[in-house]
Amino acid sequence: MYDVNRIRDDFPILSREVNGKPLVYLDNGASAQKPLAVLEAMDTAYRHEYANVHRGLHYLSNLATEHYEAVRGKIAAFLGAGDEREIIFNTGSTAGINLVSYGWAAPRIEPGDEIVLSVMEHHANIVPWHFLRERQGAVLKWVDVDVNGDLDPQAVIDAMGPKTKIVAVTHMSNVLGTVVDVATICRAARERGIVSVIDGSQAAVHMPVNVAEIGCDFYAFTGHKLYGPSGSGALYARMERQEEMRPFHGGGDMIREVRKDAISYNDPPMKFEAGTPGIVATIGLGAAIDYVSGIGMDAIAAHEREIRDYAQTKLTGLNWLNVQGNSKGKGAIFSFTMQGGAHPHDISTVIDRRGVAVRAGHHCAQPLMTHLGVTATCRASFGLYNTREEVDVLVDALEFCQELFG
Amino acid sequence: MSQTSAAFEEIADNIEFLDDWEERYRYVIELGKAMEPLPEAERTEAARVHGCASQVWIVPDLDGEGRLTFRGDSDAMIVRGLIAILHALYSGRKPEDVLAIDAQAELGRLGLESHLSAQRSNGLRAMVSRLRDLAGAMQAG
Repeated sequence: MYDVNRIRDDFPILSREVNGKPLVYLDNGASAQKPLAVLEAMDTAYRHEYANVHRGLHYLSNLATEHYEAVRGKIAAFLGAGDEREIIFNTGSTAGINLVSYGWAAPRIEPGDEIVLSVMEHHANIVPWHFLRERQGAVLKWVDVDVNGDLDPQAVIDAMGPKTKIVAVTHMSNVLGTVVDVATICRAARERGIVSVIDGSQAAVHMPVNVAEIGCDFYAFTGHKLYGPSGSGALYARMERQEEMRPFHGGGDMIREVRKDAISYNDPPMKFEAGTPGIVATIGLGAAIDYVSGIGMDAIAAHEREIRDYAQTKLTGLNWLNVQGNSKGKGAIFSFTMQGGAHPHDISTVIDRRGVAVRAGHHCAQPLMTHLGVTATCRASFGLYNTREEVDVLVDALEFCQELFG
Repeated sequence: MSQTSAAFEEIADNIEFLDDWEERYRYVIELGKAMEPLPEAERTEAARVHGCASQVWIVPDLDGEGRLTFRGDSDAMIVRGLIAILHALYSGRKPEDVLAIDAQAELGRLGLESHLSAQRSNGLRAMVSRLRDLAGAMQAG
């Protein structure tokens, strides 16, 4: 039995007030709040078990290294990766996709080579590819979503041609909540020798993920959206691809030997983890993964489906609200605009006074905004601790906006 | 010595009279609605004020008497209201008066800052900074 109130008790911040009202935190798509388990793991790591990793032979360094490295296995298990060496620690999806762009793609991309991506990608899964367009003459091939916000996997497959080197798509849209059939896309890519890059920033938070079943080459996710610390995250990178990658950042930890006239690199994945990493952030991410795994990703997904259905009914019942995207099986992410003169920034400013936190803006997805014909939307994005009552508070606050601006 | 206009003082009085945030927002929105919208043709890149969460345009108008006058607009209604307030504060003033006004203190008197999100406050600052630049350019020119 999913006890959302017990879960809420695990998140200290949820009991605070904002503008004299109980906090209704619906900006999980941007970043999620942290459970005590994560805060305590980080506190313990700093307070009692802190030293640099991979370096010292002393007691604390060994202890910190053990705790830090244990997270690699946790992430591998969480994502269904067969080998924990396929997990590269980093600061999140942006770092992960930039590593793929620089480390794997840049040495291989010739002018005219194509990168296929969907119009609903987050800028983190666009800009690193634009670099290759700008610097190396790569061609970006965009695949549209349909009126419901669905991405037809066949349309992505049809966009793959003889010059396509990479297909880069999101697993779940951060604006529309659309879940993409990435397994079908990755299978087709693999058959054609095309490398697949999946942005799992949202999906890894809201549904069970199995990279072996998806069959992708790369899968990026971000710790801070997964109830973990900001500045944590990891990239799943298939071992064969890591063997092909050149290192990105140079520095400590990623080398085997440095001489005046030559260097040799550490084995993957350490080859891609230069410098002192976010030790405690990664340990905190391990605690977050333990936390969500303890609840169960299936249970979390089921809870969020219920919230989604409830919010869907309530929000689509407001006939002056335009909800963007209506994909079946979407995540509990709702982007909307209001008919009349109210701008998304107006809405978020006013409902903030009611304690409701949503995001307003382009959500780092400007090509999608252009496709939808809007400059900005409001986005309410739900997480494992959100309730039906919070949907009601949101709806009341929106009704007040309609009265104020309409 | 009061540096502000009667129009601004009237707004300040009205806002002071409203003690709840909903009423204050309502009033700011009304001020924005009462303002003439900028024609599409004048919503140019040159007129754009960056650093605002929403789109903001400020168009200075020539005034034969050497005073700063301007019109402004935004796609967000609360921001339109803020532009109306800035209009009351600055428009029709001599450049030296514009530069002498302590915007932070005057807007602080309206108690609006605490009602504006951080991004929006930045937008307000960006607008004030644009208007001061325009006044400075008039002085120099």
